[in-house]
Amino acid sequence: MSLTHDSPINIEQIERNFREIAPPLNAAEAILESNRCVYCYDAPCMHACPTHIDVPAFIKKIASGNMTGSARVIFDANPIGATCARVCPVDVLCEGACVEKTLMDKPIEIGRLQRYATDYAMSTGRELFRPRALNGKSAGIIGSGPAGLSCATYLARLGYAVTIYDRRVLPGGLDTYGMAEYKMSQLASVSEAQMVERLGVTFRMNTEIGREVSIDELQSAHDAIFLGIGLGATARLEVPGETLPGVYDALDFIARVKTRDWKSVPLGRIVAVIGAGNTGVDAVTQAKRLGAERVLMIYRRSAREMPAYQYEYELAKKDAIEFWWQTAPIEIIAKPDGSGVAALRCVRMELGEPDAAGLRAVQPVPSSEFDIPCDMVIKALGQQKMRSFLKTVPGIELDPAGRIVVNAETMQTTNPKFFAGGDCVNGGREAVDASQAGKLAAQGIHQALTGERVEFAGARVPFIEKIHGEMPHANPVA
Amino acid sequence: MADLRVNFAGIESPNPFWLASAPPTNMGSMVERAFDAGWGGAVWKTLGEPIINVCSRLASIDHGANRMIGLNNIELITDRPLDVNLREIRECKRRYPKNALIVSLMVESKREAWHEIAKQVEDTGADGVELNFGCPHGMSERGMGSAMGQVPEYTRMVTEWVKEATRLPVIVKLTPNVTSITPPARAAVRGGADALSLINTINSVMGVDLDTMIPYPNVNGMAAHGGYCGPAVKPIALNMVSELARDAEVNVPISGIGGIGTWRDATEFLLLGATTVQVCTAVMHFGYRVVEDMIDGLSNYLDEKGFLSVREIIGRSVGRMTDWGNLDLKYKTVARIDHSLCIQCNLCHIACEDGAHQCIPFTEIKGERFPIVDEQECVGCNLCYLVCPSPGCISMVRVDDGSAPLTWHDLTSKQPKTMTSD
Repeated sequence: MSLTHDSPINIEQIERNFREIAPPLNAAEAILESNRCVYCYDAPCMHACPTHIDVPAFIKKIASGNMTGSARVIFDANPIGATCARVCPVDVLCEGACVEKTLMDKPIEIGRLQRYATDYAMSTGRELFRPRALNGKSAGIIGSGPAGLSCATYLARLGYAVTIYDRRVLPGGLDTYGMAEYKMSQLASVSEAQMVERLGVTFRMNTEIGREVSIDELQSAHDAIFLGIGLGATARLEVPGETLPGVYDALDFIARVKTRDWKSVPLGRIVAVIGAGNTGVDAVTQAKRLGAERVLMIYRRSAREMPAYQYEYELAKKDAIEFWWQTAPIEIIAKPDGSGVAALRCVRMELGEPDAAGLRAVQPVPSSEFDIPCDMVIKALGQQKMRSFLKTVPGIELDPAGRIVVNAETMQTTNPKFFAGGDCVNGGREAVDASQAGKLAAQGIHQALTGERVEFAGARVPFIEKIHGEMPHANPVA
Repeated sequence: MADLRVNFAGIESPNPFWLASAPPTNMGSMVERAFDAGWGGAVWKTLGEPIINVCSRLASIDHGANRMIGLNNIELITDRPLDVNLREIRECKRRYPKNALIVSLMVESKREAWHEIAKQVEDTGADGVELNFGCPHGMSERGMGSAMGQVPEYTRMVTEWVKEATRLPVIVKLTPNVTSITPPARAAVRGGADALSLINTINSVMGVDLDTMIPYPNVNGMAAHGGYCGPAVKPIALNMVSELARDAEVNVPISGIGGIGTWRDATEFLLLGATTVQVCTAVMHFGYRVVEDMIDGLSNYLDEKGFLSVREIIGRSVGRMTDWGNLDLKYKTVARIDHSLCIQCNLCHIACEDGAHQCIPFTEIKGERFPIVDEQECVGCNLCYLVCPSPGCISMVRVDDGSAPLTWHDLTSKQPKTMTSD
């Protein structure tokens, strides 16, 4: 049942609107594109990838027709390589480095090639890694998002009995519930989680720690525990009217879209999305694609300070989103009967001097209040930290921003039995960053429990050690 | 615009671009379309006794995303009746009197057979004959093609037979499937050949289907070696052409064949001694239309270099080919990297590290890591320059003192004893 009215566009049109924006390469495209790669040595793309996938290696394997080998290179360094192939901000990571460092204005389509290889591996169902024999040790992982899946994969490969606990129905965390539907379907994310399951990892879904299973039970059941819990609910706006019907969290709205049950997704005629981060863009573009007549992005600073990636901004512009810069909501005004939203009352903002981090202060312009008529408000204000949950974990230290303090190499928290990684440690970054954190944590857990040091593919920034210190014969360099 | 006309052993041609004897010259309608497209000449698909072909007949080798950098075939000579071919040759020559029309021949090793077919071709008004002593597959098993070209005595003998029977210029097409190209070439000249054409195709197996494990091309589960041509064979052909161009006993015009796909390829053959060039694979890949850029490119090149006629460049680089022993041992270059053009792909580093002399380490420039050449260690091998994908980034710079050249021959003639091997 829609919120205020039915979408003016039909299901077929909505399906078209939600077609993948980066469709899979066909075989001819993959051959051309993989052969276009110059096969850099110690390549910039590999440096730029947070999981340091050996990109030239997997691309050349596509070119040689060694698809299984290609997928293994990817998943070896990044257990959620299929997800990352779809949702990574490649413009600022691998493909950005390709453009910056090579001859081509048009970078190699690394993301789509990665998808080509990972799709192949997932379609064959062939196991890419053979886990070591069980070592008798057990690890519990809270959260089946990218960090948890990654940590579970590596621990399973090392011979651990791994159990993942997640409060939701489907595994994958934000990969499954939080990615714009035109980037990735739930099927892709869940299929990737199933690869982890095939390594022998147990998934306990619908299981919330502190409710179905207590922290104490968890501690007695496992030798080590990894917190891949991500972040919590969307931050509150703290303005009157926030609890009105018709006011939604962006992540809840996106999760509803992910069901692809289009007509069940709440939708207004005029949708105001508050916040201009990447999640905000996901919200505005999807509201528009569902058929909202007007979609407004409300942000208190200017386009220059917009937290979303440039290419996300471009995407929103293409979807004819209306941008209200330097505009802050002060009240959500109810309809006379209180049944929903009538308008968003805002105030103009003026920008001050940049602070130490370069972010400019903002303050309201006096007497500049005005109303924007709308019938749906989506809050995309960033997620809050899971402070109350973390208080239940003994001995865990948080930094002032509420992030879990860890050893950056081992991801061990201040409670030696607990390790952590992903958004709950970094405050909210990309899936690929969480994947790397899960890898480091698995290494850290293994070292803590067995003393053995292992290093998985891409654990460290690859670097040619041999920078010759002295080169008496070389030409002087400008 | 430069004059592209050439005279090849008495055969006038509006330009040096000929179609080689192959599927593109299978019949009159094809050759006529080729002439309309701009081809200066054509060598008709080899005439001889009727044959039966197999299916399939072609296989190729790709490189990266590039299709067909090499092609091989197990097709035989023409499968059309002789009288049909002769009639069409006559008609074609009548319609295109200014184009060079050559007819390739291959019959069994009998004097009468060669006399007969040579006379029949002369009677059509064609401009010349080309004796196919080159095909390495099929016909060679019947004592023809390369079976002929691999034995200098046979080459000479058959050439003499044909010369007895016709006043047409006789071109002998040589097989590269020999230890040295010189003996069969000299034999053909001694037999009276008016010109040589080379190379014919190279013995080859193109690959194996990894699923069925049947080699290509598959003929009902079996394969046979075939004749290899296409871009990949060009260097082999250039070597053989230049060897004959340098040979004092081979003082007849050469028609260069082998991997010519562009005007650049063709120009290289001309510079190394060919008077005309023959093309097959490029046409089989892209059609007769490729000749347009061959003519245009060659013409622009000649204009830009200030040549009035293509004849001025024929053989111009032959004098630059010599034996290794005559190369200057004191000439010295080193690689230099222009870091403003360096894309930091590090291919030069790894190529030198694993494939050469470990003399491209890294250095830090403005906080970034760049490859740099250790010039004292660099031997000037060119490898880094060859692998670098950034045009102009690596150059080979001459660093010797310019003193008088010294060659291995100089050294060994001055110090014969020290150079004696055990």
